[in-house]
Amino acid sequence: MSANNVLLEVDDLKKHFKVNQGWIASLMESFGSGEPDYVHAVDGVSFELREGETLGLAGESGCGKTTTGMSLVKLHEPTAGDIIYDDKRLSEASDAEIKQFRQNAQMIFQDPFESLNPRMTVYDTVAEPLRIHDIPNETARVQRALEFAELLPAEHYFDQYPHELSGGQRQRVAIARALVLDPDFIVADEPVSMLDVSLRAGVLSLLDRMTEEFGLSVVYISHDLSLLRHMCDRLAIMYMGKIVEKGPTDQIIENPQHPYTQSLINAVPVPDPAVGRERVELQGEVGDVIDIPSGCRFKNRCSEYIGDVCDQVVPPLEQKTEFEQDVACHLYESAEGYDPYEEMGGSPSAAETGEGAESTPADD
Amino acid sequence: MSQLEVEDLEVYYETEEGPAQAVDGVSFELEQGENLGIVGESGCGKTTLAKAIIGILPDAGYINNGSINFQGDDLTELSEPERRRLKWEEISMIAQSAMNSLDPVYTIREQIVEAIETHRPGTGRVESDEIVTEMFELVGLDPERADDYPHQFSGGMRQRAMIAMALALEPSLMLADEPTTALDVIMQDQILKRIGSIQEEINSSMLVITHDVSVVAETCDRVIVMYAGKIAEEGPVEEIFNQPYHPYTIGLKRAFPNIRESDQDLLSIAGYPPELVDPPQGCRFAERCPMATDRCREEEPEAHYENGLRSYCHYADEIDTELRPYADESETWRQTAAATDGGVEE
Repeated sequence: MSANNVLLEVDDLKKHFKVNQGWIASLMESFGSGEPDYVHAVDGVSFELREGETLGLAGESGCGKTTTGMSLVKLHEPTAGDIIYDDKRLSEASDAEIKQFRQNAQMIFQDPFESLNPRMTVYDTVAEPLRIHDIPNETARVQRALEFAELLPAEHYFDQYPHELSGGQRQRVAIARALVLDPDFIVADEPVSMLDVSLRAGVLSLLDRMTEEFGLSVVYISHDLSLLRHMCDRLAIMYMGKIVEKGPTDQIIENPQHPYTQSLINAVPVPDPAVGRERVELQGEVGDVIDIPSGCRFKNRCSEYIGDVCDQVVPPLEQKTEFEQDVACHLYESAEGYDPYEEMGGSPSAAETGEGAESTPADD
Repeated sequence: MSQLEVEDLEVYYETEEGPAQAVDGVSFELEQGENLGIVGESGCGKTTLAKAIIGILPDAGYINNGSINFQGDDLTELSEPERRRLKWEEISMIAQSAMNSLDPVYTIREQIVEAIETHRPGTGRVESDEIVTEMFELVGLDPERADDYPHQFSGGMRQRAMIAMALALEPSLMLADEPTTALDVIMQDQILKRIGSIQEEINSSMLVITHDVSVVAETCDRVIVMYAGKIAEEGPVEEIFNQPYHPYTIGLKRAFPNIRESDQDLLSIAGYPPELVDPPQGCRFAERCPMATDRCREEEPEAHYENGLRSYCHYADEIDTELRPYADESETWRQTAAATDGGVEE
């Protein structure tokens, strides 16, 4: 696609949610009965988003892909880690800079039946972001955004309410609203999964045009790998709050290296009866994201488990000697000479924790 | 004789504007042990069809005409007690959100045992427990967890428990309505695989209702493509995928991404299905079809039989020579889109 300039960098992002936030729980806590539990929804994710690219975040439900996406547009405040945009760390940015960032970071949600306010007309829905950010030429901008979203003629839609529109049209309104501020990037969370198959391609081609015509970057979040293959330049596969594999889309789909990615891609059905897909069954279920296991999070289900190193050392996402994509797995040799066995010498599983008190429970 | 014969079935829903013809003159047969897929967009009548077969139409729905012959009985004429006997024992249904239909205050075991004892009075507790254990093993659940309550199971486990329940009485026909749509891809793959092996074991047939073309491609022997309450095309799965005659089948197939292909040109079928209260005369797909002529808009197409396919298109006999290459171009569909899409809905 276009140049490889980095637009946004995500640096070791973590988002943990406290469990049991009810008043009884807080009462118990004030009497000192134990530490609160946390769901480690996103637990140390780093990647960069380049200008004009479409980056796919994939994984099963609960892997943290949506939380990552929402943190990218500041709908969540990160627990730790940072987002670097325009050479600035967002954690250190001023209110004005944050407002500027919000203008450039937009999101499209999964369900167009819930993401639009039923009491607002299409015009007001699309114009609202302009009013918040004090941007002139409201009518012309709204019209242009609706036209780009192929809601033609735009004036016909101005006074309509969401209930008068079909699902596909609503999702187009949501796209128009995201585009009206002329953002730098858009996070699209399963933008077509609620739409009928026959209409999906229309909305997808809109997202494609956004990157091509405006040089926008898109973070496309989905569990549907067939769709991601169609849409994305690069993919990041997530498992239990961490990225396990990251690289060019074709490389990951055709030549996956992490055992989890391999199982995931292997499980995707193929719409062609002539293709005889070999089925390999993955054992077990996704683990506990409250009481995080030590070492590799996939070890209990992994068919390639190689012993203590998997139990004790968290595999870093890094470049390997043999292939293009980054993989977080001890099976492959690090390109930068990292040796996981060195970590096993002293205190086991202290590899990633580091900060002590707040860190993940290491032994269980 | 086929296990299931649906003939000229019409299922209507009462609405304020008059009856909506959700299923309109559908006929097909299902052989014992066969897997038949029904695909189509939302609102095409595929779920209504399944509900009519098992007899759980909502209050506003009724069978206006036609017959459903199941192993010699016309299901539309059975009394309620006779029908209730057939449910679960002979015909069972796995619904899309089946995992939410377990009763939260009973253990999974109690619920499955209840189904067994209702349909087979006199079954001893020991025997019922054996069935539960056997079914749990079949769907890949630990039998020791049968005494858990539904909330102790994950979504995928609950869906598997529902499948265990649907299979407990070894029904000869299973209706699976989007059985795996709510699940993640790995769980979907495991469940489909298990359903397949269980089916082989008890030689039951299955009607798979889904919008997911790839699930049908992998699990079914034959496919019905439905559009706006009618069958558009029906035939063996290979023929439907390789040489379809109906433009809607071609469009639907090309709208679906395939993980094995890079640089696919996905197409979008412009417009929306017609209103079912007052459906247009002629071919129901005419409005969205890039190849439609005046004849399509006026005259309802008859069935065209070729290569084992039954296709309802006026131009099915010409598609081989001229229309298929044209219909296979995404440009063709884009032109129709420019003409019809984006316009304000009436």
